[in-house]
Amino acid sequence: MNAVKRHYSGWSVLREGLRGQTGWTKAWHDRDPAPRYDVVIIGGGGHGLATAYYLAHTHGISRVAVIEKGWIGGGNTGRNTTIIRSNYFYPESAALYDLSVSLYEGLSRALNYNIMFSQRGMIEVAHSEAELEMMCRAANAMRINGVDIEIIDRDEVLRMAPILAPDLNVRWPVLGGQIQRRAGVARHDAVAWGYARAADSLGVHIIQNCEVTGFEIACGRVTAIETTRGRIVADRFGMAVAGHSSVLAGLAGFALPLQSYTLQAMVSEPVKPCLDVVVASSSHGAYVSQSDKGELVMGGNLDRCPSYAQRGNFPVTQSVVASLVEMFPSFASLKLMRQWGGIVDTSPDNSPILGPSPVEALYLNCGWGTGGFKAIPAGGTLFAHILATGRHHPISAPFDLTRFDSGATIDEGHAGVAH
Amino acid sequence: MQQFPCPWCGHRAEGEFHYAGDAGIDRPDRTVDDKAWAHYLYFRRNAKGAAHELWIHSAGCGRWIVLSRDTVTHAVTGSEPMV
Repeated sequence: MNAVKRHYSGWSVLREGLRGQTGWTKAWHDRDPAPRYDVVIIGGGGHGLATAYYLAHTHGISRVAVIEKGWIGGGNTGRNTTIIRSNYFYPESAALYDLSVSLYEGLSRALNYNIMFSQRGMIEVAHSEAELEMMCRAANAMRINGVDIEIIDRDEVLRMAPILAPDLNVRWPVLGGQIQRRAGVARHDAVAWGYARAADSLGVHIIQNCEVTGFEIACGRVTAIETTRGRIVADRFGMAVAGHSSVLAGLAGFALPLQSYTLQAMVSEPVKPCLDVVVASSSHGAYVSQSDKGELVMGGNLDRCPSYAQRGNFPVTQSVVASLVEMFPSFASLKLMRQWGGIVDTSPDNSPILGPSPVEALYLNCGWGTGGFKAIPAGGTLFAHILATGRHHPISAPFDLTRFDSGATIDEGHAGVAH
Repeated sequence: MQQFPCPWCGHRAEGEFHYAGDAGIDRPDRTVDDKAWAHYLYFRRNAKGAAHELWIHSAGCGRWIVLSRDTVTHAVTGSEPMV
């Protein structure tokens, strides 16, 4: 396979068009594991690949491997509904997720890979006076934290999303909403592929079909991992495996405050452009955006019980579809085209866990729950800092595992915001 | 829609039941340190495969039950009253 240094540009598209598309090379190398690295990252999703990129790019550590049990971006990175936003309640969360949105804004250029970030805005609809008041409270907190949130009235919501049902004599009428205009959607596969290509060009090894089967631990320190493709030694190990974090932690001999659930998503058949903003409703427990292909991309709440099955069960599928048909009556004539699920690792306070694990030389990037995709650039930046220096970044420090012992949890779950 | 067995009511639609956490977590003595208390409150086995879970038959008899359920296949292999 040829090297991958080629710069993507309008000129390269034009030149390849004239040369019959014969000059393209693969975007990254599919490596075999070497026996030793400085840092090994377990999990080749967005967070793992981004961490590898920032380790090489920002910290100059290029003897890095990302090992992935399947194919890169095949887990939650390829299964989410691609929404990027930072409308969180607490200052700690605002700093984290707003860093992520800011990094996403410059990511296509930084990676020389078009991630198609479309900042179309996201509206959270309020359906009662009480909900609108709580939304204003949350919006005020977010604005104090520096996040671009506005409260908009009913007319503005209906102007931006004219296919919303305008009726006032229904269970949950549209009374107003909250909008983050910098929020939007991106091409999820491109985020994984863009980070993979950029990391690979800096010397990172991307190793697919390589599953961790055990840890070698001496005097409380991980010294090597056993994998389906042999033993790998490294100075530090990072795990970014989302829904399977507890399984991996179990192999290393500790438990985590996580519960794995299926989060499902689904798309309708493609239709002509009809919705150019992301719309979400907490009361209904559903949200929707329209993809570039024209499909309506829909999702809702977690499934009703813990699960490692990447498919989702029927009651939640039914409730998401029923809710969206109530909000958008015209959707009733559409067919559902595909439905799938990803396994998300939910934490007790609906905030992620970043930092050291109970075992030395093994570090955690987990607990993102339903919101991992939006956090990829920040998660990668902070996790790379932790792996490179062995210390927290100021933004990641509040998300340390020890917050559950001290009681300093960051409870976005009970803050009354979407998470 | 899956059917869950209730020890009191027999097989009923899954929507009548609500999940309430792992079964068999014992509340420690109140003199334990913060770490042990946090472990009791938050840290979970999060089993991939066979699990024992507390459920409430909230839209039926209202009783708490222990379901033996597989978190990969979703098969329910047993159901007994909570003791």
